[in-house]
Amino acid sequence: MRPFDYVRPSGMPEATREASRAGSAFIAGGTNLLDLMKLEVMAPDRLVDINRLDMGECSATPAGGLRIGALVTNSDLAADEHVRRDYPLLSRALLAGASGQLRNKATTGGNLLQRTRCYYFYDTSAPCNKREPGSGCSAIGGATRLHAILGASEHCIATHPSDMAVAMQALDAAVEIENVEGQTRSVPLSDFYRLPGDTPQVETVLGSGDLITAVVLPAPVKGSQIYRKVRDRASYAFALVSVAAVVGVEDGTIGSVALAFGGVAPRPWRDHEAERILAGERPSDELFARFADEILREARGQGGNDFKIPLLRRTLIATLQSATDESR
Amino acid sequence: MTAYLKMDEPDRRNRLDSMAQGVIGQPLDRMEGPLKVSGTARYAHEWPVERLCHAVLVRSTIARGHVVRIDRSPVEAMDGVLAVIDDDRLLRNPAQGTAGKAPVQGPREIFYVGQPLALVVAESFEQARHAATQLRIETMATEAVLDPESESTDRERPEGKQTSQGDLDRAMAEASHSIDAVYHTPGHSSAAMEPHAAIAQWDGDDLTVHASCQMLKYNQEELADALGIDAGRVRIVSPYVGGGFGSKLGIAHDAVAAAIAARAVGRPVALALSRRQVFETTMRRSESRQRIRLAADADGLLTGLGHEALVSQLPGETFSEPVAQATHFLYAAENREIIHEIVRLNRTCAGSVRAPGEAIGMTVLETAMDELAVKAGIDPVALRKRNIPDKDPEDQRPFSSHMLDQALDRGAELFDWQRRRPEPRSTRRGEWLIGLGMSSAARVNSLMQAESRVTLGGEGVRIETDMTDIGTGTYTVLAQIAGEMLGVPMDRITTVLGDTDLPPGPGSGGSWGASSTGSAVYVACEEIRARIARKLGCRAEDLTLKDGHAITGNRSTALGELIGDAPISVRGVVEPGGTSKKVRQSTYGAFFAEVAVNDVTAEVRVRRMLGVFAAGRILNAKTARSQCLGGMTFGIGMALTEELIHDPRDGSIVNRDLAEYHLPVNADVPQLEVELLEERDPWASPIQAKGIGELGISGAAACINNAVFNACGVRVRSYPVTLDKILAEL
Repeated sequence: MRPFDYVRPSGMPEATREASRAGSAFIAGGTNLLDLMKLEVMAPDRLVDINRLDMGECSATPAGGLRIGALVTNSDLAADEHVRRDYPLLSRALLAGASGQLRNKATTGGNLLQRTRCYYFYDTSAPCNKREPGSGCSAIGGATRLHAILGASEHCIATHPSDMAVAMQALDAAVEIENVEGQTRSVPLSDFYRLPGDTPQVETVLGSGDLITAVVLPAPVKGSQIYRKVRDRASYAFALVSVAAVVGVEDGTIGSVALAFGGVAPRPWRDHEAERILAGERPSDELFARFADEILREARGQGGNDFKIPLLRRTLIATLQSATDESR
Repeated sequence: MTAYLKMDEPDRRNRLDSMAQGVIGQPLDRMEGPLKVSGTARYAHEWPVERLCHAVLVRSTIARGHVVRIDRSPVEAMDGVLAVIDDDRLLRNPAQGTAGKAPVQGPREIFYVGQPLALVVAESFEQARHAATQLRIETMATEAVLDPESESTDRERPEGKQTSQGDLDRAMAEASHSIDAVYHTPGHSSAAMEPHAAIAQWDGDDLTVHASCQMLKYNQEELADALGIDAGRVRIVSPYVGGGFGSKLGIAHDAVAAAIAARAVGRPVALALSRRQVFETTMRRSESRQRIRLAADADGLLTGLGHEALVSQLPGETFSEPVAQATHFLYAAENREIIHEIVRLNRTCAGSVRAPGEAIGMTVLETAMDELAVKAGIDPVALRKRNIPDKDPEDQRPFSSHMLDQALDRGAELFDWQRRRPEPRSTRRGEWLIGLGMSSAARVNSLMQAESRVTLGGEGVRIETDMTDIGTGTYTVLAQIAGEMLGVPMDRITTVLGDTDLPPGPGSGGSWGASSTGSAVYVACEEIRARIARKLGCRAEDLTLKDGHAITGNRSTALGELIGDAPISVRGVVEPGGTSKKVRQSTYGAFFAEVAVNDVTAEVRVRRMLGVFAAGRILNAKTARSQCLGGMTFGIGMALTEELIHDPRDGSIVNRDLAEYHLPVNADVPQLEVELLEERDPWASPIQAKGIGELGISGAAACINNAVFNACGVRVRSYPVTLDKILAEL
């Protein structure tokens, strides 16, 4: 491990100020960062430990939603009674990720910011535009089972590994961010992640010193909530594809609908435009197929992950079938 | 005093059965279990050593070429760094099992990505690890061979590994039912829980290494030869080993590099491989391409059997995965052809991993047998039973003992096989298609030369040997043999293992550990019994030893009293002899699995799995069962998830950690059932036991794949059976 400084701010302005210094990184659960530091994939000069900040609570919002503090652990969040009652999708997604021990340490903010599991990102001897901008992408032409079929670029085909974020994407979550001036802003999760384009090293809209303080869920909408994760083994594996669905059916037609997909893109994937195909329609296999076609219109395999295209198609159709089962 | 037995004749006396203590075969807990679960069993890297410093290996990032220059001075100047070493004696590859001499050395010539080229020694592990990342090694790359199936690469056909009998082509042409198919299996890593690690200390010219090793007698010679010193100057200590699975058979990079470094810096040096280095530098199982030809008459009787295997290895290495090892004798067929080919390429060294040969060879043969059963419309169990030979079909030797037939019958009964519906896609539970599959198990058996010293003193019994316990139960089963033979309760028996200062054995590998070293213990105990009988003036046959007492006629004498302060110490030696040649020795069994295949996503889940095994006398029903459970769990991994993924451009292993190399996790493993059949093999050993360690994986993956076919009608001929391969045809 490279030598690094460690600071533990006691309060808010200090935390963002410390983190705004060059070479700094926040550390919360550390379940991903410490591994990356041991491999020197990430080599911050200073760690700003935010574990003692007051961000570990869930609370109801005036709008009937839920504000999840950035330091709420994945285990606690999955077990939270409001989450289990109103956002069961989120609870299931959390429990589909990692292992019990990791979920005990991993936090809500950290989960959003975990790095890709691309083999080549982890190999410091291999070119990687995300790790070393401009060095090239080793994944293209390499082993691509884990990689993206949507939203990738010629500079990076890595996927975002989170399950939690996929569920939050379908739940229309917003990320609450505090900057170094002490100002708070709210960014919809849909706008939080950036596609790789020619800057795959820039993964989110966070600026220097910006700290995620909470994730806010809007009031729960009526309907079925499903999280379906498909992976290479029954537990402790990242999603090949996952589907998070919130679908409400009223009087035989689809009312509210939100679908997000994991394991297939550099960010939790959601296509609001395509969802319009479903809204107001009677559920049918033909309709779901049309929706799948639209979602996958620009999907492109890399060889080793070509199977994700039919797999996502089948999984999302089956998920929609289950979500609308009672009304069909 | 030495007692000696050469296994030239079968031993049908079943002496252990006529003893009185009643511990042999009992499902006793492992003696060292409490130490392990409380974290107090000391593993190689945990020995407290004064002035210890740490070394970290530096890897090659190219597949073929050589080192031009090492820019050592910037690293030597770093905080805490004590030395940068690229000694000529550093290993290129680890030693193969039972080599007993130095493996290929010389780090400057590069043969695979990940090959250690140098090491950095520093005061702390963290300093060494960081410094290792900073060491710039200039290399010159030359062309590497990377594709194991390239038509343009020469294939070797080693003599003595090819069989041709009769006319297979004609048998195929005349067959009522035939199969001619090509299958693939991927590379595997042993993936033992404890990474390879060593602490080396010099005392003058004497070297002591605490290491994680499976075969100390050989490892001592390998290490000494690699260092260019006398084996008598090397002591290896390895009392606890956190799993080996073949990867610790031969001396590896860690011990040799630590010894060189400790000499260079004049201090003890610890060197542990990182998980990634374990994947890159220790033995991998070769991937394989296997073509199976089966010709059968209308009744399913095999008339022809062909098994062609192509495996890979680095140039210069003699080992190659013996894929068709069990095909030689498992099924009768007059016309036979077995071809073994090796392609030389630049991937991590291939070696023994979890039942080399049978693990993948049986898996593929048994997949093909299932295909034949389907084609011929014969029940898969019946097809196997019909083709069991009554003697070795190639050299006509009799079998030492053979319970495949019984294992198949018993397995079918326990698993309720008759309820299976032969037509695929016949059983559905919601989205899930349910199927049943089965396969035969077989693994060759061998006895190896082994020694151990057994001392009966006033306090109890002490057993000493350099044999290792790699999690298999050696401590306990050796004590059970001595306890049974000498009538001493288990709590008065001490087993001392894992030190080259003790009498040498063959170590743990090839499933031979318990039967070989156990036989040495037995031989020593027989002699001790004879001495006790002499003291009592009776015949050894008339002597009963039980609960610390010697009983003859109506006289009972406490052993402590009898021995007084003159303990009886005997060195038992067993050596393989005529029985290894006169008969064909193998263990057998049968696997049954029920799987569910998701009709939407093609995910596969194993719902239940049964193994029925015959491996001669079972020394401890619990540790034997655990061995089988482990093998079957690895079978699930082989069937569904495990695969070394090599980058096509440089052959490097890209999934070199336990997050991406998918061993089965708890959720992948359903309730496993194991039944051990009662058997005594008089030819195998004087204790009538055979090796059981690897039997549980030898063919296991096939029963799962066959069940997948029965569930969904998709036949996957490339392991592992990942969902993408099923999805394509679902």
